[in-house]
Amino acid sequence: MSDPNNALLKLHNIHTHIGEYHILQGVEFFVPRQGVTVLLGRNGAGKSTTLRTIIGLWQASQGLVEFDGENITQMSTPDIARRGIAFVPEDMGVFANLTVQENLQLAAISGKINDSRLQWIFNLFPALEHFWLRPGGTLSGGQKQMVAIARAIIEPRKLLLIDEPTKGLAPAIVQNLAKAFRALKESSTTILLVEQNFHFVRSLGDHVVVMDSGLIVHTGPMSELSSDEALQYRLLGLQAAHV
Amino acid sequence: MSLNNKPMALQSLQGRWTDFAPMILVTMIALFAWPLIGSMSTWATLTVAGLAMGMMLFIMASGLTLVFGLMDVLNLGHAAFVAVGAYVAASLAGVLSVLLKSSTGVEAVAGMALVALGAMITTALLGLLFERFFIRPVYGNHLKQILITIGAMIIIEQLVLALWGAQQMMLPLPEAVRGTLVIGEVAVERYRLVAVVLGLLLYLGLLMVFNFTRIGMLIRAGVENRDMVEAMGYRIQRVFVAVFAAGAALAGLGGAMWGFYREQFTAAIGADLLVQMLIIVVIGGLGSVRGCFFGALLLALIQNYVNFLIPDFAMVSNISVMVAVLLWRPSGLYAPGR
Repeated sequence: MSDPNNALLKLHNIHTHIGEYHILQGVEFFVPRQGVTVLLGRNGAGKSTTLRTIIGLWQASQGLVEFDGENITQMSTPDIARRGIAFVPEDMGVFANLTVQENLQLAAISGKINDSRLQWIFNLFPALEHFWLRPGGTLSGGQKQMVAIARAIIEPRKLLLIDEPTKGLAPAIVQNLAKAFRALKESSTTILLVEQNFHFVRSLGDHVVVMDSGLIVHTGPMSELSSDEALQYRLLGLQAAHV
Repeated sequence: MSLNNKPMALQSLQGRWTDFAPMILVTMIALFAWPLIGSMSTWATLTVAGLAMGMMLFIMASGLTLVFGLMDVLNLGHAAFVAVGAYVAASLAGVLSVLLKSSTGVEAVAGMALVALGAMITTALLGLLFERFFIRPVYGNHLKQILITIGAMIIIEQLVLALWGAQQMMLPLPEAVRGTLVIGEVAVERYRLVAVVLGLLLYLGLLMVFNFTRIGMLIRAGVENRDMVEAMGYRIQRVFVAVFAAGAALAGLGGAMWGFYREQFTAAIGADLLVQMLIIVVIGGLGSVRGCFFGALLLALIQNYVNFLIPDFAMVSNISVMVAVLLWRPSGLYAPGR
């Protein structure tokens, strides 16, 4: 994995409690600038909690979150977001009573959507144009995912936090998403992507972080994990036939 | 495609305002009551009175629904703002008596507007303090919210009694607005018409703000998913405080209007309406201004008709309306944020 000194995001010994549960138990990893870092792990490993802790929706009880050289551990969520981090939650968080247009307008924190940026987004997700005026609540899961990602990139961000974007989506839509992520990657956006679908991320990811029971159990280049079936089996429980 | 191809307002209208069932229901109930009442003039009088009361209840309850929808806060102390609004209006009416007693309609209405404005400003400021000291410590805990806001309402009512005394307050309606308008065989109180027009304008104004402005979009989004709005970089807490103050101001306006309507009242003027306000908020759909509007009209019209047709049943009409609406639409007339 690349030089941690030049990383965009660093997590040092992060502990997060939700109620009486000690979910993150000393999470430590970094996200290099540009490219896709994939956070893998089984259900309940603490991947979503890690993203929510980074964006401040849950406060770390101990440890340090450093973004672009600045300590953001105790900052409020809006302050963290305004530093250039966009978050796409697992449930997508599309506002059901707002049209697609309104969802995107609200995401443009400057108050105005740049036309050329919008055109770029329409090129990534051509279907968006067709349901532009429909309320978010009437969209399918795949359409909502497009809106959620479009919202995250409606203005240039330094880091995208994306939580399980392929969950529950049809294979054809997953393929479209993969295409869009590749385009995002080419635009030099830094992405921290939580996924359980290893097949989806193996060709997309540059770096990989694997979690288990609230701890980081592996970090390294994706190429290493991708080519080592024994490691995949040990870390993710993947059998060769299923990969 | 460019964002500027169509005005935002027109674009927002499409695909959202398609659920007219509650509006049709209110109209059908009014029309259905006509043959039961028999006399056209009585029906018209009852209907206008019901609409006027509905509008005033809407004004008072709209802040409550927004606060619940936006921040998941059960503010049972909302009724205190109604009382303070009415009392401040009564005091200001004394100061502005020259205007209010004027035989010129314009001067009297201007005097009433100033009285209402004073009540709104006072209750908005009170709302800011209320949010800071009573609501902020109990976010996320409904039981504590219920207990502390009822306690706060009692404290404010006692402060009202300490400041203004225990005697009944008088807020006489200006002569220029008093009396009835006779249209054919139908006699309608002027003030009720004023209440209907004002309530309607306020409702349309709120709809405009909610649907065609950025702050409205933010409030609708915040009602639905507060975390997501914060994750987009908005300080929803500030929006909430502003909405809380605006809701308190609306309750103050409602209190002033209700005070003029009743002309004499006690410190319990708000608490007496609390159950009705809660029913309206529930049947309208928690957090829905549109639902609050039609819920208030539905409740007030049915209450008026039942009072006239079956007085013995009047006590249970509100609860019956709530049960019937929730059986039809368990989440209320409209979804939150609409």
